[in-house]
Amino acid sequence: MATLNVLILVCLGYVVLLFGVAFAADRMAAAGRGAWLRSPLIYTLSLSIYCTAWTFYGAVGNAARSGLEFVTIYLGPTLVMLSWWWGLRKLVRVGRTQRVTSIADLISSRYGKSNTLAICVTILAVLGGTPYIALQLQSITLSFSIFAEADPSGLYREGSSVFWVAAGLAVFAILFGTRNLDANERHHGVVTAIALESVVKLFALLAVGVFVVWGVAGGIGPMMDRIDASEIGQWNVDAGRWTTFIFLSAAAFICLPRMFQVMVVENADEGHLRTAAWAFPLYLLLMSLFVVPIAVVGLDLMPEGSNPDLFVLTVPLSQGNDWLAMLSFIGGFSSATSMVIVTAMALSTMVSNHLVMPIWLSTQEGAGSVSGDVRSVVLVARRVSIAVIMALGYYYYRLSGGGAALASIGLVAFAGISQILPALVGGLFWRGATRTGALVGLTVGFVLWIYTLLLPGMGGAIMPDSVLQNGLFGWAWLRPQALFGIEGMDPMVHSVMWSLALNTAAFCAASLLSFPSPLERLQGAQFVNVFDHSVSPAGWTGSVAQSEDLMIMTQRILGSGPAQEFFQTEAEAQGGRSSLPEPTPGFLERLERELSGSVGAATAHAMIGQIVGGSSVSVEDLLAVADESAELLEYSSQLEVKSAELSRTARQLREANTKLTQISEQKDSFLSQVSHELRTPMTSIRAFSEIMRDTDGLSADEQTRYAAIIHDEALRLTRLLDDLLDLSVLESGRVNLNMGGDTLSSILDRAVSSALAGSHPKLKVRRTRQSERIPLHTDLDRLGQVFINLISNAQKYCDADEPVLTISAHDVGGQVVIDFADNGSGIPADAQSLVFEKFARVGGDKAGGAGLGLAICREIMQRLGGEISYLPGQGGAAFRVRLPMAHRQAAQ
Amino acid sequence: MSRKVLLIEDEPNIAEAIRFLLTREGWHVETHAEGLDAIQVIQGANPDLVILDVMLPGKSGMEILRDLRELEGMQDLPVLMLTARGQSRDREMAENAGVSRFMTKPFSNAEVLTAVRDLHAQATRS
Repeated sequence: MATLNVLILVCLGYVVLLFGVAFAADRMAAAGRGAWLRSPLIYTLSLSIYCTAWTFYGAVGNAARSGLEFVTIYLGPTLVMLSWWWGLRKLVRVGRTQRVTSIADLISSRYGKSNTLAICVTILAVLGGTPYIALQLQSITLSFSIFAEADPSGLYREGSSVFWVAAGLAVFAILFGTRNLDANERHHGVVTAIALESVVKLFALLAVGVFVVWGVAGGIGPMMDRIDASEIGQWNVDAGRWTTFIFLSAAAFICLPRMFQVMVVENADEGHLRTAAWAFPLYLLLMSLFVVPIAVVGLDLMPEGSNPDLFVLTVPLSQGNDWLAMLSFIGGFSSATSMVIVTAMALSTMVSNHLVMPIWLSTQEGAGSVSGDVRSVVLVARRVSIAVIMALGYYYYRLSGGGAALASIGLVAFAGISQILPALVGGLFWRGATRTGALVGLTVGFVLWIYTLLLPGMGGAIMPDSVLQNGLFGWAWLRPQALFGIEGMDPMVHSVMWSLALNTAAFCAASLLSFPSPLERLQGAQFVNVFDHSVSPAGWTGSVAQSEDLMIMTQRILGSGPAQEFFQTEAEAQGGRSSLPEPTPGFLERLERELSGSVGAATAHAMIGQIVGGSSVSVEDLLAVADESAELLEYSSQLEVKSAELSRTARQLREANTKLTQISEQKDSFLSQVSHELRTPMTSIRAFSEIMRDTDGLSADEQTRYAAIIHDEALRLTRLLDDLLDLSVLESGRVNLNMGGDTLSSILDRAVSSALAGSHPKLKVRRTRQSERIPLHTDLDRLGQVFINLISNAQKYCDADEPVLTISAHDVGGQVVIDFADNGSGIPADAQSLVFEKFARVGGDKAGGAGLGLAICREIMQRLGGEISYLPGQGGAAFRVRLPMAHRQAAQ
Repeated sequence: MSRKVLLIEDEPNIAEAIRFLLTREGWHVETHAEGLDAIQVIQGANPDLVILDVMLPGKSGMEILRDLRELEGMQDLPVLMLTARGQSRDREMAENAGVSRFMTKPFSNAEVLTAVRDLHAQATRS
């Protein structure tokens, strides 16, 4: 009797072998020396992960219980491979052109890159996949326990062994499944390892079969007799169940995440499908060849009540053929491990790409560039996902207790994953299929599957018997296994029929009723017409192509220089004498690639298609072109916006420049004015001081007079400098206002006496004291300065014989208005607008001002929150000062 | 015979200083303070020399000089121009307008005297 320890050693050795093979294959692929790794044989063998431990052990059990019905599980994929391989080719082509990483990605990509759909499919796949993984763990445990029973000395503990198996598989999947970031890249190590496992499990099953037929039954003849005698041999076909199971297994073959992984994602060459189309059915045939004999012999040999699921193990064991039993164990182990590894890989890609990454990215929003971290985050997410999925499988196994509930889970999972089928097939062949349709169909199918199959199968704890008997809320038509009152059906058939039928109906109806987005339309066209868009190298036949036309078109797109260079190079490469190359397929392909860099792939394809005539421009081409044009339009409208922005900026710059130039000119002219105003008094001072220095015999009168002139001019200079300083402070806004309160009349009193002091008061000031009783809160000195300036101006410039200045104050709408009007000839109309400018002196007065007084007044009034203006049409010169009543504005 | 100078200057103190200087040199000095009618005053006074300020009320010294040189018999009249705006552009403009000598305020009295002497000497020699 083989001891358990030997078995464990063999197991470990086998696992080490798998590691070694996977490692070597990865190394070879990396070194570019692995052509055979991409052979059709490896591809076909990798497809055989379809046969899990459930098939390896369970097929015999199934046969022992239900006769030939087990064949349906093999018939489905066989039918798909033989009769629908062109459909698979389309799937593979789409997967490659769209760089699809999983079935969730494919569905999402087809329906306008909808992540909602991807999440739905991912959840569905995880929900269906977890019990399936648990089932594999159970098979390993059961097979272990067979050996453990036979060897009581062994130190076998069920729980821990399953844990270590699960952990080991997780490590393997992480090591070889998450090496590359790009999930679209092939995992040579894993694929090679599962191909090896396929050989092992086939060999093991065949060995057991040969042993049973020739070793136990004694040859083919006696074997056939035994089969005929047994119930299993009777054709007992339940049409409903058979059809359902064949359909289910066919659907699952296409939709299962692990199948999609090996069939589409890991596919290196579409041509491999041709080989697989006959080789894979052959593999399935060999796998099923000895199922019935083993079942029949098992039923004969084994005691009543022994588990037929383990006949593959127990029959050799009962015959004392330990080594064969061990081989069989390894076969089952292989089936389980390969399935678990690939499933974990496929599911982890979905979970990390569609659940983890979107969440992670949304938490990173606003954190700026994330490109540096993404790679490591994706890898970590994928590794953690693998570990989590394995843990889920492990806990599901522990929770379910590994009992009979698990045994039926295979078909339940098939039924669940098949809900993807309508969206998948519809997406590949029907351009009208929409995102909404896919979402509604999936949801309907998903819900019905859970309600009619998953929950009832989980026992009374999850779904009470009352619901099963009387329907949800007591509504009979909602009975999970007799929806709408259709009774008496097999629960599996019932569920599959309703869920898929309503799924498909909802998918079609919602697709017809909803309107696809442009992206969906485009993706739809690219999926449905994938063979028209993705050009294979021999796509063009240039028999009627006009090289000249191509040249002209190319010149238009690339510019004449690069176009001629390209054609020249091509012509030389062809070795012809002509300067134009022959339109060979190779040349056309390169030309298309060259053009697509400028105008987009679809446009380039359509343009060359037009000229070469190899294909007319289809609606889909136009759609693709339209989409590209839309992008271009979008881009160009962005450019327009940018260009508008630029011209706005340019205008602003021009305006700023004009302003600066003006300011610069104003500054020059100001400096020139200042210079003039300074030089004039200095000229007098210099001239008279030289006269007094150089002239002998000046009279005392002359001396006094000239000294007085010098004195006056010096004062004039001082005043000018004071004014300039004052103005510059006011203009810069750095002035501190000294707020205080007083009445208008007393401010005017002080201003009048100050302005008229020291001169012969020829000017008469007329006031109406009654109206001046207005309280003011302002900078009293500054306001007084304005009044003094206006009064002095009247005194200096009023040319009337009897100059009179009339000061009148009113209160107008919360403002104090004070008018200063004299009875002179006033200011000429053309000069009125200039009086407040710096150095603007009207009429060439020589009254001693530099022309800064009114400019200063204007600045002061602005600071005080009021204004000063010239009042035309008053006869003489008239100024109006406005000030807010009780002005409380603080210094600005 | 008495030499006559016409001084067109709107700053009374400057005019008085120049009058004082030139009178002591033996010149007969007539003054005028307006720009607008300066040409007529020059034609009426028929001076041996004109001292002309640039910044005059009504009409600038530059324009007066330009118009003056257009007139018959006024091409060779010595004109000494005074300006308080001492920019090189002003000197160019003055030279283009046909100035005989250009001076920037404030000047030294000796400069004015030398200039007047030189201009008069040139005029009488030719």
